Order: sequence, then structure tokens, then C-alpha cells
Amino acid sequence: MIKLEDLTKTFGSVIAADRINMEVPEGEICILLGPSGCGKTTTLKMVNRLIEKTSGKILVGGRDTDNMDPVEVRRGMGYVIQQIGLFPNMTVEENICVVPRLLKWDDAKAKRRAAELLELVALDPSVFLKRFPRELSGGQQQRVGVARALAADPPVMIMDEPFGAIDPINREIIQDEFLRMQKTLRKTILFVSHDIDEAVKMGDKIAIFRAGKLEQYDTPDTILAHPANSFIADFVGADRTLKRLRLVTVAEAQNGAVGTVSLTDDLSRAYAILREGHLDTIVVLDPQGLPVGWVHAEDAVGIGPVSSRMRPLPATIRTDADLRTAVAMMFTHDVTWLTCINADGRFGGCITQAGITRRLGDTYRSRSASAPMPQGAVA
Amino acid sequence: MTKEAGAAIAIGRLSKIALPVRGFVILSAIGVAVAAAYAMGLLKDIIRRWDDITFLSVQHMELAAISGGMAVVVGVLLGIALSRKRFRAFAEAVMQALNIGTTIPTLAVLALSMSILGIGAPPAIFALWLMTLLPIVRNTYIGLLEVPAHLIEAATGMGMKPAEILWRVELPNALYVIFAGIRTAVTVNVGTVPLAFLIGGGGLGELIFTGIDLSEPGMMLAGAIPTAILAVITDFVIALVTRAVVPRGVMPET
Ligand SMILES: Nc1ncnc2c1ncn2[C@@H]1O[C@H](COP(=O)(O)OP(=O)(O)O)[C@@H](O)[C@H]1O
Ligand SMILES: [Mg+2]
Repeated sequence: MIKLEDLTKTFGSVIAADRINMEVPEGEICILLGPSGCGKTTTLKMVNRLIEKTSGKILVGGRDTDNMDPVEVRRGMGYVIQQIGLFPNMTVEENICVVPRLLKWDDAKAKRRAAELLELVALDPSVFLKRFPRELSGGQQQRVGVARALAADPPVMIMDEPFGAIDPINREIIQDEFLRMQKTLRKTILFVSHDIDEAVKMGDKIAIFRAGKLEQYDTPDTILAHPANSFIADFVGADRTLKRLRLVTVAEAQNGAVGTVSLTDDLSRAYAILREGHLDTIVVLDPQGLPVGWVHAEDAVGIGPVSSRMRPLPATIRTDADLRTAVAMMFTHDVTWLTCINADGRFGGCITQAGITRRLGDTYRSRSASAPMPQGAVA
Repeated sequence: MTKEAGAAIAIGRLSKIALPVRGFVILSAIGVAVAAAYAMGLLKDIIRRWDDITFLSVQHMELAAISGGMAVVVGVLLGIALSRKRFRAFAEAVMQALNIGTTIPTLAVLALSMSILGIGAPPAIFALWLMTLLPIVRNTYIGLLEVPAHLIEAATGMGMKPAEILWRVELPNALYVIFAGIRTAVTVNVGTVPLAFLIGGGGLGELIFTGIDLSEPGMMLAGAIPTAILAVITDFVIALVTRAVVPRGVMPET
């Protein structure tokens, strides 16, 4: 959807962008990441022609932007900047309607669109449409900034540190909202960031820049698992393996068989299942299928109902949570495995430390067979 | 530059705080003058000249309206032109010249104007126009320059053309500072018109200066008090226009 070919920009003797080649597929978020001054903004602004390139090519939707009027290029792209740049003289509604008006939309249609977009960014239109920017908090302004960029429903968005000016708590919230929106909108997005955590969270792909050069362009997981050089390894941080925990859900790291018994079953049934599966724990479910406790193999002897030897579950985790949450929960409760639940609260398997280690190890193994295999601990 | 911007904003702030305060101070001053005139038995003396007062007030306001109106039109246009990128280089020099221009005493400007254009209303209007023009150009220029660069970048990035940016982003956001300049300059203009009499321009100065010459305080006050009242009314009217014209999101919060 967006293709950069040998894109170069020089300011006098400074080479701000040095023969950049990359392609962003339709519907993906590509993060331009790197330290300050490495050429991220310059690269981004060449795409909407706020900066004229020195040489190279930019193709958007297959069209060479050289053959297009800059104004036409810009009106077809949503643009969000760090300073947000809402126009103080206009209400929220007027701000959102800027591009639709430039595109000569019917007035009623533009206004309907403004209300619809405010809903989308989780602001109540009846409260916010007629407000002026200074009557909004920083986070609300940022949301309106995103809504404004989406106004004419452009297929492409370019965003320069869009969430850089908000406090960390609100940033997380807005990032989550943005990802939720992107799930349905499927825009093709170029997104500048200098924050590796943001890049890992938001990006389908990450392009790492250094002094005007594109150093590595790949998925977040690959970049964290296989940084192409020591600069990138340093930049992504020594804790890069921990960062990968965010990228994988609990469901993806579950492995191995798990035994379950019903609350009303007899201990002998639990014993039989444990023996047959060579398991040392078994999860107890109530009649609705909700996990209520567990039984250790050592305790599954004698006679009587399962409930007489059952131990309480220290915690449960949802299968759609990320591994970071799972590991944190294991540390908190000092356990090596957790019972998982589905969105409806019913039993959804188990996750073990060994499973997590193995899952993270998979990418390393697939790249270099000679790399040492991490040893999975036994749950 | 930042110093000037600070001054422009200070003017803005001043006239904001001053809206009720300034009017109150001036009105009480007029009140005191009227009371003093009454105490001295001059009020009758003033009222006796009612016909002169109305006739000269109209003439006074004509001079102010023509010179002030032209100053607003030319000043704002000039300020806009100077703030455009291609004139930026030499705009700074023009601003310096204007700053020096503002320090020249009004009487000197009148004298110069008379030496070139002779006597009568036209040289008076020209001098008043010039005096009023300078602060308006300066505030317009600074107001436009003060519009944050990222707003213009956002506007450009959204696909606005330069004229659209000027009209829909730059001017509306500079409007408060522009109006602060207009308000101060035009109000001062109304208060300065009496000097026009000195070069035969007419206006309430006729009563003031003749009153002084003849040592007739009643006659002098018959010119001075209406001049002050007209200046206060002008100030108030422009304040109302500012409120009506400047977008609410740009007005300083009260
Ligand atoms: N208008 C300009 N004139 C001269 N140099 C510039 C200009 N814009 C950017 N640069 C230089 O280009 C390099 C890249 O800048 P930029 O793209 O803004 O970096 P980033 O967004 O990654 O922090 C820097 O060295 C910067 O100083
Ligand atoms: Mg930047």
C-alpha cells in the first residue's frame, strides 16, 4: 500500500534519510522507530510531501506521488502530529469537519460523520461536539486529533508520535482504544515512535532507523528475538525477551494435556485420570464447567468425593491475556502453572512456565538450529 | 521578536483586564471633571455651547472615522503581507522602522504632514492615519507570527492551501491580538483628533485650544469632556465588536 524506493533526503551535508526501501502492506501498522534525529519525521513527512524528497520514489496505493498534486495526496491521508494541532478557533465538530469540507462534502453528512467519529473515539458527541479544544483534557484532545484524521475515511494514516504528549496512564488507554479501532478500520498506518514498548505493542512491523538508514524491518517478535546488529540489540534493550511476553497470548503458549474432574466425582476417578495421563495435578470443575479447585496426585488416594481433597486455585487467567500478565501472576502467587478461563468464565486449559519458555524458544530455534535450546522446567 | 510578541500579548491582557476597569477609571475622571465644572459654575457655560459641541463632535468623529478606518484597512493588509513567508526577510526591517515611527511625537508628525500637504483636514487625516496605522500593522504582524507553527503544519498536512490556511486558521487565531491593536490605536486616535485643530483640521480641538487661548475654562471643558466621552464610547464599541467577531475558543478566558 505504501512503498518507499531508495527514498533519500539531504539537508545540506546532513543525510536525514539514506536510500530507504520498505513496503507497508495494506491494513498494517508500521512503526518507524529509532533515537531522536535518526530521520523518522523526515521520512514520514516525505510521504505526505510536507518535505520534498531529494531522490527516490514513494508509491501510495500503487500510484507514484510525484504524479499527484501534493494537496490531493494530503487530503487522501489522515495526519496526526504529536502537538495534536487542533485549531483553537474551531469547535471539536468544526475541527473534525475540516477535511470533509475541503472535499466539498454535504454539510449534514460532514456533521453526521463528526458525531459518529466522536463515538468511535469514546467521547460523547452531545457533550463534546460544540466544545472548543481548550475545554478538553490532553487525552480528549488527542482522541479528537485521531477522529479528525479519520474524518474523510482515508485508507492511509501517517502519525508522528501521536501519543507522545500524554501521561503514561492515558497513553496506554488511548493505545488500546486505537488498536481496538484498527481491528475494524484496517487502515494502512505509518507511525513514528521513539519508544520500543509502544512499537512492540502497536506495530505489525517495526522499521528501526539509525542516522538516516533503515537498519531492520521486520515483525516485533523477530526484531526482539533476532536483532540484526548490536545497535538494534542495545536499542531494544537487554530485557528484550521479557518484552516478547507481551506479543504472545496465553492461548498460544498452552501445551500438553490437562485433566479435569467434576466436583461430585469420586477420588478414584481422579486417580485413574492422573495415572493414565502421567499427570501430577488435576483441575476440578463445577457442574457449569467453571474451575473451582485442584487436586495434587499425592492426595488423590483413598475414598470419598474429590471435594474432600481439593485445594483452592490461587488465581485464574484468561486465555486472551498476554504472557506478561501470566508470568506476573505466577510470580505473585509463587506457582509454576495457572488455570486458564475463557471469556465466558469456563475452564480453558492450563499454562505452565515450561510452556512459556518453550514458546519463546521456538522462534530462536526456527532461526538458528545451532542456538542453545532453552530447557523447559517441569511444572 | 519575542519581546514584541510579549508586548502584543500584554496589550491583549491589558485591554482584557481593563475592559471594566479602564472604562470605570475614565468615566470617574469625566465625572470628577463634570463635578468640578459644576462646582466652579462652569456647567452652564458648557451647556450654553451645545450647538458648537454637537457640530464639532460630528466633525471630530468624521476625522477619526476616516483616518482610523483607513488605518485599519491598510494596517491589517500590510500586517498580513509582511507576515507572508516571502516578505519575512524584510518584514523585520519594516517592523524596526515602525517601532521608531511610534516614538515620534504626534505634534511632530502633524507638523511634518502640514509642511508637505498644507493646512486643513487632509493633512490632519493623513497624520492621524499614520499614527494609527503603526500599532495596527505591528499587532497584525505579530498576531499572525504568533500562531503556533504546528497549527500551520497540521493545516498544510490536512491539505489546506495557503489562502485557506490564512483565512481559516491564521487570521481567526490572530484575531484577538489584531483587535487589541485596533482598539488601542483607534481609541488613542479619537483622543488625539483635537490636535488636528492646530493645522486647521477642525474637531473639538477648536473649543479646547480656543478656550485655553482665551483663558475660558468653560469653553476648554466644552471640548475636553466630549472628547473624553467619545474616546470611552469608541473603546467600548470596539470591545463589543471584538467579542462578536473573535471566536470564543481564541478569546482569553475571563
Ligand atoms: N529542515 C531541516 N533543515 C536541516 N536539517 C534538518 C531539517 N529537518 C531535519 N533535519 C535534520 O535531519 C535529521 C533527521 O531529523 P528528523 O527526521 O526530525 O529526526 P527524528 O524525527 O527521527 O527525530 C536530524 O539530524 C535533523 O537535524
Ligand atoms: Mg521526529
